[in-house]
This record gives sequence, C-alpha cells and structure tokens, in this order.
Amino acid sequence: MIETFFNAAIMAQAWPIILAGLGNTLALSLMVVPLGLAGGMALALLSTLRSPWVRWPLMAWVDFFRAFPPLVLLIFLYAGLPFAGLELGGFACVGIAFFLNTGAYYGEVLRAGIESVAPGQIEAARSTGLTRLQALVWIVLPQAVRAVLPDLLSNTLEVVKLTSLASVVALPELLFQARQAQSLTYNPTPIVAAAAVYFLLLWPLVRLLSRLENRAVASRR
Amino acid sequence: MIQAKGIHKQFGALHVLKGVDLDVAERELVFIIGPSGSGKSTMLRCLNRLEVPTSGSVVVDGIDLLDPRTDLNHARQRIGMVFQSFNLYPHMTALGNVTLALRKVAGKSRAEADEIGHAALARVGLAERADHRPGQLSGGQQQRVAIARAIALEPRVMLFDEPTSALDPELVGSVLGVMRALRESGMTMVVVSHEMGFARAAADRVMFMDDGLIVEQGPPAQIFEAPLHARTRGFISQIQRH
Amino acid sequence: MGGWERFTETFLNAKVMARYWPDIVSGLGTTIELAALIVVSGLAAGLALAVLRSFGIRVVNWGIIFVVDLFRALPPLVIIVLIYFGLPSIDVVPSGFVSTWLSLALVLMAFSEEIFWAGITAIPRGQWEAARSTGLGFTQTLAHVILPQALRITIPPLTNRTIAITKGTALGSVVAVTEILGQASSAVSNSYNPSPLTLGAAAYLVLFIPVVVFGRWVERKFR
Repeated sequence: MIETFFNAAIMAQAWPIILAGLGNTLALSLMVVPLGLAGGMALALLSTLRSPWVRWPLMAWVDFFRAFPPLVLLIFLYAGLPFAGLELGGFACVGIAFFLNTGAYYGEVLRAGIESVAPGQIEAARSTGLTRLQALVWIVLPQAVRAVLPDLLSNTLEVVKLTSLASVVALPELLFQARQAQSLTYNPTPIVAAAAVYFLLLWPLVRLLSRLENRAVASRR
Repeated sequence: MIQAKGIHKQFGALHVLKGVDLDVAERELVFIIGPSGSGKSTMLRCLNRLEVPTSGSVVVDGIDLLDPRTDLNHARQRIGMVFQSFNLYPHMTALGNVTLALRKVAGKSRAEADEIGHAALARVGLAERADHRPGQLSGGQQQRVAIARAIALEPRVMLFDEPTSALDPELVGSVLGVMRALRESGMTMVVVSHEMGFARAAADRVMFMDDGLIVEQGPPAQIFEAPLHARTRGFISQIQRH
Repeated sequence: MGGWERFTETFLNAKVMARYWPDIVSGLGTTIELAALIVVSGLAAGLALAVLRSFGIRVVNWGIIFVVDLFRALPPLVIIVLIYFGLPSIDVVPSGFVSTWLSLALVLMAFSEEIFWAGITAIPRGQWEAARSTGLGFTQTLAHVILPQALRITIPPLTNRTIAITKGTALGSVVAVTEILGQASSAVSNSYNPSPLTLGAAAYLVLFIPVVVFGRWVERKFR
C-alpha cells in the first residue's frame, strides 16, 4: 500500500514535475480570479440599473452560465471553435471560460451584497452631493463586499479548485503534471502528491471559511 | 417534595452556587428573589438537572436526580419547567408542542395525547388556539402554551424561571392568572421572579439569594416588610422603587 | 455560402444532429442517473455525519472535521482521477461511473455536513432545554425538535451547493463515462463536426436551467 501510493523513490523523481505544476496552478489562479471578479463586478454594477431591459437579460446571462457546466464550456471553446476556424489555444480558452463561468457566480454574490446595503446609505451619500456612481463606489461597494466576504472567499476557493479543469486542455498545471508523471512512472504516487499539495494549499482557506459560515448561520437566528 | 442539600456549582473559576439548601414541602409555593447573577436561575436549573451541580444532592419526589442509575428522562416528566423565553417549538402547533412528550416519552397514542393536550390548553384558557403556531400567538399566549406543555405531563413539581420577564406589561396578568390557578389546584411550585405582588398574594415562603447563597427566607410579609439583613432591605427597596 | 450558412452548417448541422441525437439522449439519461445517485447518497452521508457530530464525541468529531476539510479542499477532478487511476494499483478497479459517483458524493457529503452542522448549531439552546425538561431524550430532541428547524434554514445554501456539485457530472467524461459531454465529444471526433457539442450543451441547459431557476425560487421562499 505504502509502496504503491506513497513511494518515496517515485516521489523524488516526480517532485520537480509536480512543483512546476504547482507554479502554473498558482499563476493560473492569479489570472482567473481577478478575471472572474472583474466580470462579476461588471454584472453586479449593471444589475443596479433598475431598468427591466437590463435586469432580465442580465439574469438570463447569469443563469445560463450557472447552468452550464464549466467543463462543457471549456470543451466547446477548445474543441468546437476550431471548426469555425477559431483556434484559440488552451490558455485563452481557459481564460474565456473562467471569465464567463466564475464571473456569473461572483456577479450573483456581489449583487446580493449590494442589495444588502440599506437604501438610506445611498440617500445619505447623494444628499451630500455625491453622484450615483461615486455613492456606489465609495459608500455601497465597501459595505457590500464586507457583507458577502465569506461567499466571495468560498467562491474563490471553488475557482482555484476549478483550475484543475485546465488539465483537460493540456495546460501543464498541477493535475496535468501529476498525470504526466503517473504515466511515466506507472505509479499513482504523483497523483497522491498532487492531492496533498492541493490540500495543504487550500486547507487554511477551508478552515477559515468553516468558521465564517458557522457564524453566518448562527447570526441569522 | 424537593430536598436539595449543599448545592455547589462552579463554571470554571466562577463559583455560582456556594452551598445552597432548599426544602420544598408538598403543595408549597416557594418564591426565589435576588439580583441578577445571584445564582437563582442556576439553582432552579439544578432541580431538574439542566445544570449538574458540582457537589451536593438533589432529591425530587423521592428520586435522586444525581444518581447515575436514575432514568432522568422519566424523572423529568414529573418536574415541569417554564422558561423566561418560552422556548416553544416554532415548527409545531400549540397542540403539537403540548403533545410531543406525551407521545414520545409517556408513550400515549396520538388520540390520547391530543385529548390530554386539548384539556391542558383549556386549563390555560387557550382551547381555541390549539392549531396556531407560536409565531401567531402573543407572548402571553406563548407562555401559557409553555405552561400547558409542562402540566400536560401531570408533573408533581413545577419550576418557573422568570416566566413573565420577557412579556409586555399588559400580558403579564394572564400568565400570573394561570399560575395562581395552578397554585390553587395544589401544585408544588418553585418560582424565580420579580413579581412582588404575586409573591405577596400566593407565596408560602420567599427566599432572597445573593452571591450564590440564601441570605434569608421566611413568609412574604416578613421578607417584604421586615427583612433582617441589610442586603435584603437594599434589594427590596430597589425593586419597589420601580 | 454566406457566413451565417457556414456557421449553421458547422454548429447546427441537421444531418449530424439527426445521426447523433440518440447518443446525446442516452448520455442525458446517464447524467440524470449519476446526478440522482450523487444527490441522494451525498446528502444522506452528510446528514449522517452532522448527526454523528452532534453527539460530541471528541475523537470522532476530529475525524469528521478532517474528512470534511479534505473533500472541501480537493478539486473534484483530482478525486475522480485519484480513484479511477489510483485504485487499480491495488487491484480495485472502479468504473468511470463509480469513480465519478463516489468522488462527487464525497464532495457533496463534505459540503452538506458543514451546512447541516451549521444549521443544527444555529438552533437556540433553549429549544434543547425545553425538550429535555419534558423528558425527551437526546436523540428524540434531535429528531423531533432540532432537525426539523435546522433543515429548514439549511435549504437555500444546500440547494445551491447541490446544484453546483451535480454539474460536476460532466467531469465524468474525463474518465470515460458516457454521460452527455462524453457522448458529445466522441460524436464530434467521429463526425468531424461540432454540432453534437451544440446538442450536448443544449441538453445541459434543458437539464440545469430549471434547476437553477428552482434554486432562485427556493432562496426567495426560505429567506
């Protein structure tokens, strides 16, 4: 058992490959989290326009990408678009897919945050002469983000985990590298190692979230 | 009916009860007063083992509550308790609140339990509210349902933990009315409360607790008109100023 | 041929779609089957762990917290790959279907345990005390008084989390499960045309848009 799943010799051999994968996973996360946040922020700000011509298409957009499994979106971009002569490459496909998918999720979270801010806050800000946009940026958003911080963090955890999908389109992130090493060594140790790396990387965030969530539910009563 | 001896209770470094003795005779109504933090609620909660005393003994109706062989759930059926915050089950109707323990602990059939439950609700004047949920009842009505929940099990003793403190003043009377009727039916009662008028009219004995000890006790007239201790005098005059 | 025609010829090719739609429908069946198994077993296991945790046995609770943290921290695809490619080394050979089911059920178990537990701890202490003071035992109190209230407040977060995890059934295509995406992908490589992917995407939307809308409704209703 230990020979099979925790083989030290193979571990030593695979370690540099795994490490390179970890680097790419981190780099990928640093790209897609801000991308998703930017998309989500745009959606949330748009949702403050009360016009039904904005609201309904916006809700349809968000629900569309929440219903669409991200892997299906990624495969569609990666394997479908080239038939139309659009060869984007794995990296760009991951970027677009994450922008659309995680943007929709971040958008929902931020929208809920904005809606949770008391309307009196905007009125107070406007009464001091701030414009609508200024009130939104300086008064509403800071409170909104604070109100939904646990949900934002939870979503970010999911986004970082989701970067493992990039392995399917051959981006050399952590899971892809581990599977390469596995097929080279005919031994599952590299995958176990990759799992351990993910766990060590994300455990602190999981612990933090668990605390925040318990508090959130408790305060609702 | 109740014999509690040498009750000590410590929460970590905090010494809440410092050796309290409490004897309550059958059909007696004992009233406990004292400033907040004096340990009176903790004392009451030791009498049905919601708190486990650090040392001492509690015997209710001949049953030793601190004996590990005692069937606690069986014993608790005979000791009714009414809480300051009612603690009704919000997802059940008034009747459901009253009959849950009848069915699950006393082993009654639904029909039997419903019959007893309706009777108990009638005793507290809420016969027509059987199908209402706690959220649809006023505070006073909720507290009366809570009393019905306890008396439906035909307890030998009733414990009241500040039953009127969470109520709007105009709703206090209806709860005290039910308590008075209970008293007249001969129920043994221990009441922690600041309702001095009720104590004067209904209590056999008033105990003043402070800092984890019983400072003095006696008939209501004595405690309210001629207390022996300065601390009791201070507390009484403070209460009566309100 | 105009641009629009070329587009429809490529992505909405009627001939290819007619040929492959039975495959996509069979994939839809597999996806639904897989999703149902994941939801039922994952939620049941999560609730069981939360109830077990409420007994407050310290060593057991450490174990529960570790397992929950583990399956919250690991990406579902990593778990699937680990089970599918790892277990055969010790002569346990789970199919892709079983690997996906097991992995996502474990993930849902972890998330739902956390949500159920938060719900249980959110019920005020007075509810326990009132029930215990009438002689109800610990388990009776949990079953009749605490859980009915706890489950109600957990419904919105639970619904959203369940939907998100169920969408992960598409990951099964990586380990050769013939669910929608798997069927669509192999149809694309057989027909040299992406129309089956369009069909597959449509199948996912048909399946999940009602679920997402239902989730929105639940959120409104129970808040």
